Amino acid sequence: MSLLISGGLVVDPGQNLEEPRDLLIGEGKIVALEPPGKISPEGRRVIDAKGLVVAPGLIDMHVHLREPGEEYKETIATGARAAVRGGFTGVAAMPNTKPVNDTAAITRFILDQAQAAGLARVYPVAAISVGSQGHTLSEYGDLKAAGAVALSDDGWPVRQALLMRRALEYARTFDLPIISHCEDLDLRADGVMHEGQISLRLGLKGIPAAAEEVMVFRDIDLARLTGGRLHIAHVSTAGSVEIIRRAKAGGIPVTAETAPHYFSLTDEAVLGFDTNAKVNPPLRTAEDVAAIKTGLADGTLDAIACDHAPHSSLEKEVEFAEAAFGLIGLETSLGLSLKLVHEGTLTLSQLIAKMSTNPARILGLPGGSLTPGSRADVTIIDPNREWTVDVNAFASKSRNCPFQGWNLKGKAVATIVGGQVVWEE
Amino acid sequence: MELRRKDLLGIEDLEAGEISLILDTAASLKEISTRPIKKVPTLRGRTVVTLFYEPSTRTRMSFEIAAKRLSADTLNLTVAASSAVKGETLEDTAHNLEAMAPDLLIIRHQASGAPHFLAKRLKCGVINAGDGLHEHPTQALLDLLTVKEAKGRLDGLKVAIIGDIAHSRVARSNIHAFTKMGSRVTVAGPATMLPPYLDTLGVEVTHSLDKAVAGADVIMMLRLQLERMGQMFLSTLREYSTYFGLNTRHLALAKDDVIIMHPGPLNRGVEISPEVADGPHSVILEQVTNGVAVRMAVLLLLIGGEKG
Repeated sequence: MSLLISGGLVVDPGQNLEEPRDLLIGEGKIVALEPPGKISPEGRRVIDAKGLVVAPGLIDMHVHLREPGEEYKETIATGARAAVRGGFTGVAAMPNTKPVNDTAAITRFILDQAQAAGLARVYPVAAISVGSQGHTLSEYGDLKAAGAVALSDDGWPVRQALLMRRALEYARTFDLPIISHCEDLDLRADGVMHEGQISLRLGLKGIPAAAEEVMVFRDIDLARLTGGRLHIAHVSTAGSVEIIRRAKAGGIPVTAETAPHYFSLTDEAVLGFDTNAKVNPPLRTAEDVAAIKTGLADGTLDAIACDHAPHSSLEKEVEFAEAAFGLIGLETSLGLSLKLVHEGTLTLSQLIAKMSTNPARILGLPGGSLTPGSRADVTIIDPNREWTVDVNAFASKSRNCPFQGWNLKGKAVATIVGGQVVWEE
Repeated sequence: MELRRKDLLGIEDLEAGEISLILDTAASLKEISTRPIKKVPTLRGRTVVTLFYEPSTRTRMSFEIAAKRLSADTLNLTVAASSAVKGETLEDTAHNLEAMAPDLLIIRHQASGAPHFLAKRLKCGVINAGDGLHEHPTQALLDLLTVKEAKGRLDGLKVAIIGDIAHSRVARSNIHAFTKMGSRVTVAGPATMLPPYLDTLGVEVTHSLDKAVAGADVIMMLRLQLERMGQMFLSTLREYSTYFGLNTRHLALAKDDVIIMHPGPLNRGVEISPEVADGPHSVILEQVTNGVAVRMAVLLLLIGGEKG
């Protein structure tokens, strides 16, 4: 039976559309997009979307699903369920699993598990080097053929500039983007939070903003050298935003993402030694938050991705210095990001671009569009629904969320993948 | 008279009035340690556990003597003899200790925030006896008491703190303590050992030992942790000692009645010359004596009276 989503405000930045439209879905594809009332509801399942926003399915291009290897933190199935509850029809899964996703067999395993779960689409991101050890290039051609959409060193930054150069070049051969986790491990040393006034007061070792920025600069320079497609992951500092802005102005092929926690929290969240606020890169200062917002508004930052990083109490209910880095975000990302719209930092259309259209473009995915003929991945959003974050109601297996108890405005109310309603409230 | 708090975790959380209460109480308790029978029954029936994950001589002994002079029962758990080496988590250790119903847990731990971690989870009081690079509140309190005894006041004094501020919980606690009580604090050391944003704590920052000690009422030398040598913070011990070691020449730059402090243990000939450490301006041993009094005061104020 075909599905009619009627009466909603359709926001599709790819076709520069923000108008009331009825959307007809059939056989997994968008069949028609017409002004309200033109498509007959007869014989169709109808979703009344009055007062709601109908957007191309949201894509989070940076999550950790922990499978294979750390299924006690998250599985592909639980992560995919968290994704669809958060409004995401697709997520890009980072390769730092156990074992690392550096071969076609593991990439296929991830796709098989996602298929079995039947919820969000999972796009595997494979490792830049074998075992993410930073020595030997992995098999980019095979990985792409198996379904990998990008290559990344997330969690295990590439120390050697020469390897990063070769990776950018080799990835170009197969038209794959390199997603770089920019962090100078020597400069980070044993830092556990942003180096600033709060780290000084808490006696916690600091990670200077420069530990990120020197690598952003290095990798951008290598992108200039090689012409490889570079995407900078989880930008957290004002300095990084400025370096990327200049690179884009200079015509270097670079894109970038930030995460909701980098525009929602500062290093003050660590006060009281809250390990849920321990994340890498670390939460920065109010000035950095302001620069991140400016970077989102002026297009320097192309995408919002939550860097969903599940950890259990084993990793988080410990001394701060011992605790693992990372927080979960799939079920709060949209609510936190809609705040940017409510406060006037972004238009609704800009936000949807950063959470759907642009991630699809950067990763070369077929999603991110509602033009007829596209596959029917759709997110229906109530931008004004007020709700309170309750980690115990999350679909994720983990609870490491610093936003517990926050009142948010706006959430997904239905998530449609390939024409199937996989979640609705 | 009591502190309206369950725990003593850091000087940063204390108000000046609370600090004064502790110092006044400590001063009144000092007399007990001069009696032939150095014991009062005030904390009889209370149980105080010390849990030390780092080696310590004077702090641990000082707490234990303080508790015994107040007639509390003490139990000392050392890391080598504890379950930590068997892989037990801090959380499990804490709950197991709590199951034995102590009134107070005194913890030293290499991780900043470990006492806060326990305080959040335990019903009994927690005293921070030094956490990572964060705070060492009873050290700062005993330093305040020592200065107050020597100078008769704390407000308006110039206090110089010299050395590795970055890695010193003693420095952090003392910066909060002295600024809260109205002293002016100057810190000095090599730039590798002065963390950024120190000025936001209300202190003056210099790289010149001469400038720091000029006109000082109090000079506090920090212990140079020798393991820093291999971590790119310093060139050589010889050079450190040349530029940041206190010797008799510096005393001439300070006030005539300057007092010299050191939290111990000393690296003689590195951060402080033997002549200064043993000289007439040194109050290093008074600090140790006052440590017992201050810890008695803190124990009393946290679990004395109707509390506990």
